[in-house]
Amino acid sequence: MLLEGRGVGRALVLAAPLSFWGGVDAESGVIIDHRHPQRGEEIGGRILVMPAGRGSSSSASVLAEAIRLGVGPAGIVLQHSDEIVMLGALAAEILYGVTCPVVVVDAETFGGIVEGRAIAIDGSEVTVG
Amino acid sequence: MTLELSPDDRARLAGEAGEADRLAMTVIVRLARAMAADRLLDVTSAHIDSCLYHGRSGLDFALRLADGGGRVRVPTTLNVTSLDLLHPDLYAGDAAHAEQARRLADAYERMGCAPTWTCAPYQLPARPAFGEQIAWAESNAIVFANSVLGARTHRYGDFVDICAALTGRVPAAGLHLAENRHGEILFRIGALPDDLTASDVLYPVLGHLVGYRAGIRIPVIEGLPPDLGEDLLKAMGAAAASSGGVGLMHVVGSTPEAPTTEAALGGRRPREVVAVSPEMVVAARDDLSTTAGGGLSAVCLGTPHYSAAELERTATLLAGRRVNPAIELYVSTGRDVLAAVSPEWIEAIEGAGARIVTDTCTYITPIIRNRRGAVMTDSAKWAFYAPSNLGVDVVFGSAQECVASAVAGSVTRDSGLWAGV
Repeated sequence: MLLEGRGVGRALVLAAPLSFWGGVDAESGVIIDHRHPQRGEEIGGRILVMPAGRGSSSSASVLAEAIRLGVGPAGIVLQHSDEIVMLGALAAEILYGVTCPVVVVDAETFGGIVEGRAIAIDGSEVTVG
Repeated sequence: MTLELSPDDRARLAGEAGEADRLAMTVIVRLARAMAADRLLDVTSAHIDSCLYHGRSGLDFALRLADGGGRVRVPTTLNVTSLDLLHPDLYAGDAAHAEQARRLADAYERMGCAPTWTCAPYQLPARPAFGEQIAWAESNAIVFANSVLGARTHRYGDFVDICAALTGRVPAAGLHLAENRHGEILFRIGALPDDLTASDVLYPVLGHLVGYRAGIRIPVIEGLPPDLGEDLLKAMGAAAASSGGVGLMHVVGSTPEAPTTEAALGGRRPREVVAVSPEMVVAARDDLSTTAGGGLSAVCLGTPHYSAAELERTATLLAGRRVNPAIELYVSTGRDVLAAVSPEWIEAIEGAGARIVTDTCTYITPIIRNRRGAVMTDSAKWAFYAPSNLGVDVVFGSAQECVASAVAGSVTRDSGLWAGV
Protein backbone atom coordinates (compact mmCIF):
# COMPACT_ATOMS: atom_id res chain seq x y z
CA MET A 1 0.00 0.00 0.00
CA LEU A 2 1.50 3.29 -1.06
CA LEU A 3 -1.42 5.70 -0.68
CA GLU A 4 -4.70 4.64 0.91
CA GLY A 5 -8.02 5.82 -0.37
CA ARG A 6 -11.10 4.91 -2.34
CA GLY A 7 -11.31 4.69 -6.08
CA VAL A 8 -13.65 2.96 -8.49
CA GLY A 9 -13.35 2.71 -12.24
CA ARG A 10 -12.79 0.52 -15.24
CA ALA A 11 -9.34 -1.00 -15.54
CA LEU A 12 -6.94 0.49 -18.05
CA VAL A 13 -4.31 -2.23 -18.20
CA LEU A 14 -1.10 -0.83 -19.63
CA ALA A 15 0.92 -3.16 -21.79
CA ALA A 16 4.14 -1.27 -20.98
CA PRO A 17 5.41 0.98 -18.18
CA LEU A 18 4.43 4.63 -18.52
CA SER A 19 6.25 7.80 -17.58
CA PHE A 20 3.63 10.44 -16.82
CA TRP A 21 6.13 13.12 -17.80
CA GLY A 22 6.56 12.93 -21.54
CA GLY A 23 3.93 10.21 -21.57
CA VAL A 24 0.66 11.86 -20.53
CA ASP A 25 -0.76 15.26 -21.42
CA ALA A 26 -1.64 16.69 -17.98
CA GLU A 27 -4.41 18.89 -19.37
CA SER A 28 -6.32 16.14 -21.17
CA GLY A 29 -5.16 12.95 -19.47
CA VAL A 30 -4.36 11.43 -22.86
CA ILE A 31 -1.35 9.12 -23.28
CA ILE A 32 1.02 10.91 -25.66
CA ASP A 33 4.16 8.73 -25.42
CA HIS A 34 4.71 8.00 -29.09
CA ARG A 35 6.35 4.66 -28.25
CA HIS A 36 3.56 3.48 -25.96
CA PRO A 37 1.20 0.85 -27.43
CA GLN A 38 -1.80 2.61 -25.85
CA ARG A 39 -1.03 6.08 -27.13
CA GLY A 40 -4.28 8.04 -27.47
CA GLU A 41 -6.07 6.36 -24.55
CA GLU A 42 -7.43 8.58 -21.76
CA ILE A 43 -6.41 7.79 -18.18
CA GLY A 44 -9.09 10.07 -16.66
CA GLY A 45 -11.45 8.22 -14.32
CA ARG A 46 -9.85 4.85 -15.01
CA ILE A 47 -8.07 2.55 -12.60
CA LEU A 48 -4.62 2.61 -14.14
CA VAL A 49 -3.02 -0.83 -13.95
CA MET A 50 0.67 -0.82 -14.78
CA PRO A 51 3.77 -2.79 -13.86
CA ALA A 52 5.71 0.33 -12.78
CA GLY A 53 6.60 3.82 -13.90
CA ARG A 54 9.68 4.76 -15.84
CA GLY A 55 12.53 6.99 -14.77
CA SER A 56 11.41 10.58 -14.87
CA SER A 57 11.29 12.45 -11.55
CA SER A 58 8.85 14.92 -13.12
CA SER A 59 6.18 12.22 -13.40
CA ALA A 60 5.04 13.15 -9.89
CA SER A 61 4.24 16.69 -11.05
CA VAL A 62 2.41 15.60 -14.17
CA LEU A 63 0.28 13.13 -12.19
CA ALA A 64 -0.55 15.76 -9.55
CA GLU A 65 -1.46 18.24 -12.25
CA ALA A 66 -3.73 15.75 -14.06
CA ILE A 67 -5.50 14.99 -10.75
CA ARG A 68 -5.91 18.74 -10.04
CA LEU A 69 -7.47 19.23 -13.46
CA GLY A 70 -9.88 16.31 -13.00
CA VAL A 71 -8.33 14.16 -15.72
CA GLY A 72 -6.24 11.94 -13.46
CA PRO A 73 -6.89 8.26 -12.83
CA ALA A 74 -9.43 7.15 -10.21
CA GLY A 75 -6.71 4.95 -8.76
CA ILE A 76 -3.45 3.25 -9.65
CA VAL A 77 -2.60 -0.44 -9.26
CA LEU A 78 1.10 -1.27 -9.56
CA GLN A 79 2.96 -4.53 -9.64
CA HIS A 80 6.14 -2.93 -8.29
CA SER A 81 6.40 -0.14 -5.76
CA ASP A 82 7.04 3.26 -7.38
CA GLU A 83 7.48 6.13 -4.97
CA ILE A 84 7.51 8.77 -7.70
CA VAL A 85 3.96 7.80 -8.63
CA MET A 86 2.91 7.72 -4.97
CA LEU A 87 4.33 11.19 -4.32
CA GLY A 88 2.42 12.77 -7.19
CA ALA A 89 -0.81 11.38 -5.80
CA LEU A 90 0.14 12.42 -2.24
CA ALA A 91 0.86 16.00 -3.35
CA ALA A 92 -2.55 16.24 -5.02
CA GLU A 93 -4.18 14.96 -1.82
CA ILE A 94 -2.34 17.48 0.35
CA LEU A 95 -2.98 20.42 -1.97
CA TYR A 96 -6.49 19.75 -3.25
CA GLY A 97 -7.99 17.09 -1.00
CA VAL A 98 -8.46 14.69 -3.92
CA THR A 99 -7.17 11.17 -3.31
CA CYS A 100 -6.03 8.92 -6.11
CA PRO A 101 -5.14 5.74 -4.19
CA VAL A 102 -1.95 3.89 -5.19
CA VAL A 103 -1.67 0.21 -4.35
CA VAL A 104 0.88 -2.50 -5.05
CA VAL A 105 -0.56 -5.98 -5.58
CA ASP A 106 1.00 -9.42 -5.96
CA ALA A 107 1.72 -10.93 -9.37
CA GLU A 108 -1.36 -13.17 -9.26
CA THR A 109 -3.80 -10.34 -8.56
CA PHE A 110 -2.04 -8.15 -11.09
CA GLY A 111 -2.20 -10.78 -13.78
CA GLY A 112 -5.89 -11.43 -13.10
CA ILE A 113 -7.01 -7.89 -13.91
CA VAL A 114 -8.82 -7.70 -17.24
CA GLU A 115 -8.92 -4.59 -19.37
CA GLY A 116 -12.19 -2.68 -19.06
CA ARG A 117 -13.52 -4.57 -16.02
CA ALA A 118 -14.62 -2.65 -12.93
CA ILE A 119 -12.11 -2.37 -10.09
CA ALA A 120 -12.65 -0.94 -6.63
CA ILE A 121 -9.87 0.21 -4.32
CA ASP A 122 -10.94 0.73 -0.71
CA GLY A 123 -8.26 1.36 1.87
CA SER A 124 -5.71 -1.26 1.00
CA GLU A 125 -8.24 -3.68 -0.52
CA VAL A 126 -8.47 -4.16 -4.26
CA THR A 127 -11.65 -5.81 -5.57
CA VAL A 128 -11.59 -6.98 -9.15
CA GLY A 129 -15.03 -7.08 -10.75
CA MET B 1 7.26 -2.14 10.60
CA THR B 2 7.15 0.61 13.19
CA LEU B 3 8.70 3.91 12.20
CA GLU B 4 10.96 5.31 14.95
CA LEU B 5 11.19 9.08 14.80
CA SER B 6 13.79 11.17 16.63
CA PRO B 7 12.58 13.81 19.11
CA ASP B 8 13.52 16.46 16.54
CA ASP B 9 11.55 14.67 13.78
CA ARG B 10 8.51 14.51 16.06
CA ALA B 11 8.78 18.17 17.00
CA ARG B 12 8.86 19.19 13.37
CA LEU B 13 6.00 16.87 12.52
CA ALA B 14 4.01 18.61 15.24
CA GLY B 15 4.68 22.00 13.66
CA GLU B 16 7.09 23.31 16.28
CA ALA B 17 9.50 24.44 13.56
CA GLY B 18 6.84 26.15 11.49
CA GLU B 19 4.29 25.26 8.84
CA ALA B 20 6.74 24.51 6.03
CA ASP B 21 8.71 22.08 8.17
CA ARG B 22 5.49 20.43 9.35
CA LEU B 23 4.30 19.86 5.80
CA ALA B 24 7.74 18.67 4.63
CA MET B 25 8.06 16.24 7.54
CA THR B 26 4.54 14.97 6.89
CA VAL B 27 5.53 14.03 3.33
CA ILE B 28 8.77 12.36 4.49
CA VAL B 29 6.91 10.34 7.13
CA ARG B 30 4.17 9.31 4.67
CA LEU B 31 6.87 8.15 2.27
CA ALA B 32 8.75 6.32 5.03
CA ARG B 33 5.59 4.42 5.94
CA ALA B 34 4.94 3.54 2.28
CA MET B 35 8.50 2.22 2.00
CA ALA B 36 8.22 0.33 5.32
CA ALA B 37 11.23 2.19 6.74
CA ASP B 38 11.95 1.80 10.45
CA ARG B 39 13.75 5.15 10.81
CA LEU B 40 14.90 8.23 8.95
CA LEU B 41 18.45 9.09 7.85
CA ASP B 42 20.31 12.40 7.61
CA VAL B 43 21.27 13.55 4.13
CA THR B 44 24.14 15.90 3.24
CA SER B 45 22.73 17.44 0.06
CA ALA B 46 19.64 17.66 -2.09
CA HIS B 47 18.97 18.27 -5.76
CA ILE B 48 15.56 19.65 -6.68
CA ASP B 49 13.65 18.66 -9.81
CA SER B 50 10.41 20.36 -8.70
CA CYS B 51 11.68 23.76 -9.90
CA LEU B 52 10.68 22.91 -13.47
CA TYR B 53 7.20 24.29 -14.13
CA HIS B 54 4.54 21.74 -15.13
CA GLY B 55 1.44 23.58 -13.96
CA ARG B 56 -0.19 25.16 -10.96
CA SER B 57 0.15 22.19 -8.59
CA GLY B 58 3.94 22.50 -8.50
CA LEU B 59 3.68 26.23 -7.89
CA ASP B 60 0.99 25.81 -5.21
CA PHE B 61 3.20 23.33 -3.37
CA ALA B 62 6.33 25.50 -3.59
CA LEU B 63 4.45 28.59 -2.40
CA ARG B 64 2.98 26.69 0.57
CA LEU B 65 6.53 25.84 1.62
CA ALA B 66 8.21 29.16 0.79
CA ASP B 67 5.40 31.28 2.27
CA GLY B 68 5.38 28.95 5.29
CA GLY B 69 8.94 30.00 6.10
CA GLY B 70 10.74 27.04 4.55
CA ARG B 71 14.55 27.16 4.50
CA VAL B 72 16.71 24.29 3.28
CA ARG B 73 18.83 22.62 5.96
CA VAL B 74 21.40 21.07 3.61
CA PRO B 75 23.21 22.41 0.53
CA THR B 76 20.62 22.19 -2.25
CA THR B 77 21.04 22.61 -5.99
CA LEU B 78 18.34 23.31 -8.57
CA ASN B 79 17.56 21.38 -11.73
CA VAL B 80 16.69 23.00 -15.03
CA THR B 81 13.85 25.47 -15.30
CA SER B 82 11.70 26.10 -18.36
CA LEU B 83 13.48 29.36 -19.12
CA ASP B 84 16.99 30.22 -20.25
CA LEU B 85 17.67 32.88 -17.66
CA LEU B 86 21.05 33.82 -19.20
CA HIS B 87 19.78 33.92 -22.80
CA PRO B 88 16.15 35.09 -22.54
CA ASP B 89 15.98 35.85 -26.28
CA LEU B 90 16.00 32.09 -26.94
CA TYR B 91 12.58 31.68 -25.31
CA ALA B 92 9.79 31.46 -27.88
CA GLY B 93 6.92 30.42 -25.59
CA ASP B 94 4.03 32.39 -24.17
CA ALA B 95 4.57 35.10 -21.59
CA ALA B 96 2.06 33.81 -19.02
CA HIS B 97 3.82 30.44 -18.84
CA ALA B 98 7.17 32.20 -18.46
CA GLU B 99 5.79 34.30 -15.61
CA GLN B 100 4.59 31.22 -13.71
CA ALA B 101 7.92 29.48 -14.32
CA ARG B 102 9.71 32.57 -12.96
CA ARG B 103 7.52 32.57 -9.81
CA LEU B 104 8.33 28.90 -9.25
CA ALA B 105 12.06 29.55 -9.65
CA ASP B 106 11.83 32.47 -7.21
CA ALA B 107 10.07 30.33 -4.60
CA TYR B 108 12.92 27.80 -4.63
CA GLU B 109 15.56 30.54 -4.47
CA ARG B 110 13.71 32.09 -1.49
CA MET B 111 14.02 28.76 0.33
CA GLY B 112 17.80 28.94 0.01
CA CYS B 113 18.40 26.65 -2.96
CA ALA B 114 21.44 27.49 -5.09
CA PRO B 115 20.43 28.77 -8.56
CA THR B 116 22.50 26.21 -10.44
CA TRP B 117 19.76 25.39 -13.01
CA THR B 118 21.41 22.22 -14.22
CA CYS B 119 20.36 18.60 -14.68
CA ALA B 120 24.00 17.63 -14.10
CA PRO B 121 24.73 18.72 -10.51
CA TYR B 122 27.53 16.15 -10.47
CA GLN B 123 29.45 18.50 -12.80
CA LEU B 124 29.51 21.22 -10.13
CA PRO B 125 32.69 21.62 -8.03
CA ALA B 126 31.12 20.32 -4.79
CA ARG B 127 29.75 16.85 -5.24
CA PRO B 128 28.97 13.97 -2.91
CA ALA B 129 31.61 11.45 -1.96
CA PHE B 130 31.38 7.66 -2.07
CA GLY B 131 28.90 6.34 0.47
CA GLU B 132 27.40 9.75 1.26
CA GLN B 133 23.62 9.77 1.87
CA ILE B 134 21.89 12.36 -0.34
CA ALA B 135 18.40 13.17 -1.63
CA TRP B 136 18.55 13.83 -5.33
CA ALA B 137 15.77 14.05 -7.87
CA GLU B 138 16.15 14.19 -11.69
CA SER B 139 16.49 10.70 -13.07
CA ASN B 140 19.87 11.14 -14.77
CA ALA B 141 21.36 12.79 -11.69
CA ILE B 142 20.06 9.95 -9.50
CA VAL B 143 21.61 7.22 -11.62
CA PHE B 144 24.90 9.15 -11.90
CA ALA B 145 25.12 9.83 -8.17
CA ASN B 146 24.40 6.22 -7.25
CA SER B 147 26.37 4.51 -9.98
CA VAL B 148 29.34 6.73 -10.81
CA LEU B 149 29.92 8.55 -7.51
CA GLY B 150 28.75 5.71 -5.27
CA ALA B 151 26.72 8.18 -3.22
CA ARG B 152 23.33 6.90 -2.04
CA THR B 153 20.00 8.32 -3.06
CA HIS B 154 16.67 6.69 -3.62
CA ARG B 155 14.75 7.56 -6.80
CA TYR B 156 13.22 10.80 -5.61
CA GLY B 157 10.76 12.80 -7.61
CA ASP B 158 9.03 16.12 -7.49
CA PHE B 159 7.55 17.35 -4.16
CA VAL B 160 9.59 15.03 -1.93
CA ASP B 161 12.91 16.47 -3.10
CA ILE B 162 12.28 19.83 -1.44
CA CYS B 163 10.79 18.11 1.62
CA ALA B 164 14.07 16.22 2.08
CA ALA B 165 16.02 19.47 1.62
CA LEU B 166 13.91 21.30 4.23
CA THR B 167 14.10 18.52 6.82
CA GLY B 168 17.51 17.03 5.93
CA ARG B 169 15.85 13.64 6.43
CA VAL B 170 14.83 10.70 4.23
CA PRO B 171 13.46 7.21 4.89
CA ALA B 172 16.13 4.61 5.68
CA ALA B 173 15.01 2.44 2.78
CA GLY B 174 15.51 1.69 -0.89
CA LEU B 175 18.84 2.59 -2.44
CA HIS B 176 20.04 4.24 0.79
CA LEU B 177 20.69 0.77 2.25
CA ALA B 178 23.63 -1.40 1.15
CA GLU B 179 21.51 -4.54 1.00
CA ASN B 180 19.27 -3.00 -1.66
CA ARG B 181 22.10 -1.96 -3.96
CA HIS B 182 23.13 -5.29 -5.49
CA GLY B 183 22.55 -6.06 -9.14
CA GLU B 184 19.46 -8.04 -10.13
CA ILE B 185 19.74 -8.46 -13.89
CA LEU B 186 23.00 -9.20 -15.71
CA PHE B 187 23.71 -7.89 -19.21
CA ARG B 188 26.61 -9.62 -21.00
CA ILE B 189 27.74 -7.45 -23.89
CA GLY B 190 28.93 -9.62 -26.78
CA ALA B 191 31.91 -8.82 -28.98
CA LEU B 192 31.69 -5.40 -30.60
CA PRO B 193 34.30 -3.69 -32.82
CA ASP B 194 36.92 -1.72 -30.90
CA ASP B 195 36.13 1.44 -32.87
CA LEU B 196 32.54 1.26 -31.66
CA THR B 197 33.34 0.62 -28.01
CA ALA B 198 35.72 3.60 -28.19
CA SER B 199 32.98 5.86 -29.61
CA ASP B 200 30.60 8.01 -27.60
CA VAL B 201 27.73 6.77 -29.80
CA LEU B 202 27.58 3.30 -28.24
CA TYR B 203 26.81 4.23 -24.64
CA PRO B 204 23.45 5.97 -24.97
CA VAL B 205 22.37 3.09 -27.22
CA LEU B 206 23.35 0.52 -24.59
CA GLY B 207 21.60 2.55 -21.90
CA HIS B 208 18.42 2.61 -23.97
CA LEU B 209 18.58 -1.17 -24.38
CA VAL B 210 19.37 -1.81 -20.72
CA GLY B 211 16.58 0.47 -19.44
CA TYR B 212 13.93 -1.28 -21.53
CA ARG B 213 14.95 -4.72 -20.32
CA ALA B 214 15.77 -3.84 -16.70
CA GLY B 215 12.72 -1.66 -15.97
CA ILE B 216 13.13 -0.78 -12.29
CA ARG B 217 15.61 -3.58 -11.53
CA ILE B 218 19.30 -2.86 -10.90
CA PRO B 219 21.35 -3.84 -13.96
CA VAL B 220 24.91 -5.14 -13.99
CA ILE B 221 26.64 -4.63 -17.34
CA GLU B 222 29.77 -6.64 -18.14
CA GLY B 223 31.91 -6.93 -21.24
CA LEU B 224 32.74 -3.25 -21.78
CA PRO B 225 36.23 -1.73 -21.69
CA PRO B 226 37.33 -0.77 -18.15
CA ASP B 227 37.37 2.78 -16.78
CA LEU B 228 34.76 4.28 -19.07
CA GLY B 229 34.86 8.01 -18.46
CA GLU B 230 32.17 9.98 -16.68
CA ASP B 231 30.71 11.40 -19.88
CA LEU B 232 30.04 7.94 -21.34
CA LEU B 233 28.52 6.69 -18.08
CA LYS B 234 26.40 9.85 -17.89
CA ALA B 235 24.98 9.24 -21.38
CA MET B 236 24.33 5.58 -20.62
CA GLY B 237 22.65 6.21 -17.28
CA ALA B 238 20.46 9.01 -18.62
CA ALA B 239 19.22 6.68 -21.36
CA ALA B 240 18.55 3.80 -18.94
CA ALA B 241 16.62 6.14 -16.63
CA SER B 242 14.41 7.22 -19.55
CA SER B 243 13.51 3.93 -21.23
CA GLY B 244 13.43 2.30 -17.80
CA GLY B 245 13.28 3.28 -14.16
CA VAL B 246 16.96 2.61 -13.48
CA GLY B 247 18.26 4.46 -10.41
CA LEU B 248 21.52 2.52 -10.03
CA MET B 249 23.54 0.59 -12.57
CA HIS B 250 26.75 -1.33 -12.11
CA VAL B 251 29.17 -1.20 -15.03
CA VAL B 252 31.82 -3.78 -14.30
CA GLY B 253 35.31 -2.27 -14.27
CA SER B 254 34.00 1.30 -14.34
CA THR B 255 31.66 2.02 -11.44
CA PRO B 256 32.86 1.87 -7.83
CA GLU B 257 30.54 -0.86 -6.55
CA ALA B 258 31.36 -3.12 -9.51
CA PRO B 259 35.05 -4.10 -9.45
CA THR B 260 33.82 -7.53 -10.57
CA THR B 261 30.51 -8.98 -11.71
CA GLU B 262 30.32 -11.07 -8.52
CA ALA B 263 30.81 -8.01 -6.32
CA ALA B 264 28.15 -6.08 -8.21
CA LEU B 265 25.71 -8.96 -7.75
CA GLY B 266 26.53 -9.17 -4.04
CA GLY B 267 27.59 -12.79 -4.47
CA ARG B 268 24.11 -13.80 -5.54
CA ARG B 269 22.95 -15.23 -8.83
CA PRO B 270 21.22 -12.75 -11.12
CA ARG B 271 17.49 -13.29 -11.54
CA GLU B 272 17.90 -12.85 -15.28
CA VAL B 273 20.84 -12.91 -17.69
CA VAL B 274 20.61 -11.08 -21.01
CA ALA B 275 23.18 -11.94 -23.67
CA VAL B 276 23.41 -8.72 -25.66
CA SER B 277 24.15 -9.51 -29.31
CA PRO B 278 25.37 -6.99 -31.89
CA GLU B 279 21.96 -7.31 -33.56
CA MET B 280 20.23 -6.17 -30.35
CA VAL B 281 22.55 -3.16 -30.16
CA VAL B 282 21.75 -2.20 -33.75
CA ALA B 283 18.01 -2.59 -33.06
CA ALA B 284 18.29 -0.32 -29.99
CA ARG B 285 20.18 2.24 -32.07
CA ASP B 286 17.48 2.18 -34.76
CA ASP B 287 14.74 2.48 -32.11
CA LEU B 288 16.16 5.90 -31.18
CA SER B 289 15.36 7.42 -34.58
CA THR B 290 11.80 8.01 -35.79
CA THR B 291 12.95 8.87 -39.32
CA ALA B 292 16.00 8.26 -41.49
CA GLY B 293 16.41 11.95 -42.15
CA GLY B 294 14.78 13.77 -45.02
CA GLY B 295 14.63 17.43 -44.16
CA LEU B 296 16.62 18.42 -41.09
CA SER B 297 15.62 21.54 -39.10
CA ALA B 298 17.77 21.48 -36.01
CA VAL B 299 20.48 19.65 -34.09
CA CYS B 300 20.35 19.47 -30.27
CA LEU B 301 23.39 18.50 -28.22
CA GLY B 302 23.85 18.52 -24.45
CA THR B 303 21.17 16.34 -22.81
CA PRO B 304 22.16 15.89 -20.01
CA HIS B 305 24.04 19.19 -19.87
CA TYR B 306 27.40 18.97 -21.58
CA SER B 307 30.53 18.76 -19.44
CA ALA B 308 33.62 20.91 -20.04
CA ALA B 309 35.19 18.04 -22.00
CA GLU B 310 32.11 17.74 -24.22
CA LEU B 311 32.12 21.50 -24.86
CA GLU B 312 35.79 21.28 -25.83
CA ARG B 313 35.02 18.43 -28.23
CA THR B 314 32.20 20.45 -29.77
CA ALA B 315 34.48 23.46 -30.16
CA THR B 316 37.08 21.28 -31.87
CA LEU B 317 34.51 19.76 -34.20
CA LEU B 318 33.16 23.20 -35.14
CA ALA B 319 36.49 25.04 -35.45
CA GLY B 320 36.73 26.75 -38.82
CA ARG B 321 33.32 25.49 -39.95
CA ARG B 322 29.92 27.15 -40.37
CA VAL B 323 26.56 25.74 -39.37
CA ASN B 324 24.36 25.55 -42.45
CA PRO B 325 22.00 28.57 -42.44
CA ALA B 326 18.98 26.26 -42.74
CA ILE B 327 19.89 24.45 -39.49
CA GLU B 328 19.61 25.58 -35.86
CA LEU B 329 22.37 24.00 -33.75
CA TYR B 330 21.89 24.15 -29.96
CA VAL B 331 24.45 23.11 -27.35
CA SER B 332 23.06 22.86 -23.81
CA THR B 333 25.19 23.09 -20.69
CA GLY B 334 25.10 24.32 -17.10
CA ARG B 335 25.83 27.97 -16.37
CA ASP B 336 28.62 27.04 -13.93
CA VAL B 337 30.33 24.78 -16.45
CA LEU B 338 30.03 27.51 -19.08
CA ALA B 339 31.57 30.10 -16.75
CA ALA B 340 34.57 27.88 -16.06
CA VAL B 341 35.56 26.81 -19.59
CA SER B 342 37.96 28.48 -22.00
CA PRO B 343 36.38 31.49 -23.76
CA GLU B 344 38.03 30.22 -26.95
CA TRP B 345 35.75 27.18 -26.94
CA ILE B 346 32.69 29.36 -26.59
CA GLU B 347 33.94 31.55 -29.43
CA ALA B 348 34.51 28.51 -31.63
CA ILE B 349 30.99 27.22 -30.97
CA GLU B 350 29.17 30.53 -31.30
CA GLY B 351 31.45 31.75 -34.09
CA ALA B 352 30.34 28.78 -36.16
CA GLY B 353 26.73 29.86 -35.78
CA ALA B 354 25.65 27.48 -32.98
CA ARG B 355 23.72 28.73 -29.94
CA ILE B 356 24.66 27.83 -26.38
CA VAL B 357 21.67 27.13 -24.12
CA THR B 358 21.91 27.20 -20.32
CA ASP B 359 19.50 26.66 -17.41
CA THR B 360 17.07 24.54 -19.43
CA CYS B 361 16.84 21.92 -22.16
CA THR B 362 15.66 22.17 -25.74
CA TYR B 363 12.97 19.52 -25.24
CA ILE B 364 11.17 21.30 -22.40
CA THR B 365 11.35 24.93 -23.44
CA PRO B 366 10.13 26.42 -26.71
CA ILE B 367 13.52 27.26 -28.23
CA ILE B 368 13.69 25.48 -31.58
CA ARG B 369 12.12 27.89 -34.09
CA ASN B 370 11.77 25.62 -37.10
CA ARG B 371 10.15 22.27 -36.32
CA ARG B 372 9.07 21.40 -39.83
CA GLY B 373 11.90 18.96 -40.37
CA ALA B 374 13.54 16.37 -38.16
CA VAL B 375 15.83 17.17 -35.24
CA MET B 376 19.11 15.32 -34.78
CA THR B 377 20.66 14.57 -31.39
CA ASP B 378 23.48 12.59 -29.80
CA SER B 379 21.35 11.96 -26.70
CA ALA B 380 19.18 8.87 -26.19
CA LYS B 381 17.26 10.77 -23.52
CA TRP B 382 16.47 13.61 -25.92
CA ALA B 383 15.52 11.08 -28.60
CA PHE B 384 13.25 9.29 -26.12
CA TYR B 385 11.24 12.31 -24.95
CA ALA B 386 11.30 14.89 -27.75
CA PRO B 387 8.92 13.16 -30.18
CA SER B 388 6.21 13.21 -27.46
CA ASN B 389 7.12 16.59 -25.94
CA LEU B 390 7.66 18.55 -29.14
CA GLY B 391 5.94 16.45 -31.79
CA VAL B 392 9.10 16.31 -33.88
CA ASP B 393 10.78 13.47 -35.71
CA VAL B 394 14.18 12.63 -34.32
CA VAL B 395 17.39 11.25 -35.79
CA PHE B 396 19.97 9.79 -33.39
CA GLY B 397 23.68 9.88 -34.17
CA SER B 398 27.12 10.39 -32.70
CA ALA B 399 28.25 13.87 -31.67
CA GLN B 400 30.53 13.92 -34.71
CA GLU B 401 27.66 12.95 -37.03
CA CYS B 402 25.45 15.62 -35.44
CA VAL B 403 27.98 18.38 -36.05
CA ALA B 404 28.71 17.16 -39.59
CA SER B 405 24.97 17.16 -40.30
CA ALA B 406 24.53 20.67 -38.91
CA VAL B 407 27.31 21.88 -41.20
CA ALA B 408 26.08 19.98 -44.26
CA GLY B 409 22.41 20.86 -43.72
CA SER B 410 21.29 17.24 -43.98
CA VAL B 411 21.82 14.00 -42.08
CA THR B 412 25.42 12.96 -42.63
CA ARG B 413 26.61 9.56 -41.45
CA ASP B 414 30.06 8.21 -40.65
CA SER B 415 29.87 4.96 -42.58
CA GLY B 416 32.80 3.45 -40.68
CA LEU B 417 31.26 3.89 -37.23
CA TRP B 418 29.00 0.84 -37.29
CA ALA B 419 31.00 -1.14 -39.87
CA GLY B 420 31.43 -4.78 -38.96
CA VAL B 421 28.61 -4.87 -36.41
